[in-house]
Amino acid sequence: MSLLTRAIAAVWEFVVGDDWLIALGVAAAIGVTAALAALELPAWWLMPVGAAGLLWLSLRRAK
Amino acid sequence: MSGSEVGLAVSVFLACAVEAVEALTIVLAVGLQRSWRSAMWGTGAAIACLALLVAILGPSVSALPIGGLRVVVGGLLLIFGLGWLRKAILRAAGRKALHDETSIYAREAEQARAATATRRRAGLDGYALTVAFKGVLLEGLEVVFIVITFGANQRHVGVGAAAAGLAVVLVVAAGALTRAPLARVPENTLKFCVGVLLCAFGVFWSTEGVGGHWPGGDAALLVIVPGLALAALAMVAGLRPGEPA
Repeated sequence: MSLLTRAIAAVWEFVVGDDWLIALGVAAAIGVTAALAALELPAWWLMPVGAAGLLWLSLRRAK
Repeated sequence: MSGSEVGLAVSVFLACAVEAVEALTIVLAVGLQRSWRSAMWGTGAAIACLALLVAILGPSVSALPIGGLRVVVGGLLLIFGLGWLRKAILRAAGRKALHDETSIYAREAEQARAATATRRRAGLDGYALTVAFKGVLLEGLEVVFIVITFGANQRHVGVGAAAAGLAVVLVVAAGALTRAPLARVPENTLKFCVGVLLCAFGVFWSTEGVGGHWPGGDAALLVIVPGLALAALAMVAGLRPGEPA
């Protein structure tokens, strides 16, 4: 494995960790929140609900 | 000191205490089995590297525009926080083995004893120096990330660094007094608290960063933190063996 590949793998492991679904879900939740905010709709509720939902989904996948 | 600064200091202190306890176990094992002097050199070199990272990256990250910074930092803190919380919940629910400092210490000590004698340079044992350096550096990287991102977002990297330094001093003092791994520290409870705090600040900042507004402004954190904690506790209860998820 080249140095670059190992560096990318280390960064991926450091940032993404045990479950890639969490990283993907957080990115998607931020995107939807941004869209709601841009449309001047209430957006504050989405991230807390999304975080709790993602955590539950990730825990179920870990079983 | 504002509520956010207190949150920053508490989060960094707890996160650093957890990581310092884990690093201490490794340093104690190689220090007691191989060479104290070498283990201390390895530890000192790793702490110097981590401090250098904070000194270089802290001001650079602080110089970024606050809006974009909050989205990136909030998102990353949330990913990290959910990771910490996930592990803590699985352990609290009995779905994953608890982090046992005593058994980790025994394993590290056995490996240190079994390792062949390394060539000494300047009276230092290469094995002890390298293992202590790697252990402290790897455990500390996550704390450095939290100090930089949290601190930069609130323009208070110094507060985060001071909180991290205090945690290290207290853990090292406790380790020096006991000369044994700190097995009684409720690591999983601390991890659970850190996970909740990281998630709460991640949720708060990422929403603000993309232009969302919180009802009540900063006071919303007083609802987000206990709300997430209660949700996480409910998940622990839901995952306990014998109870349907």
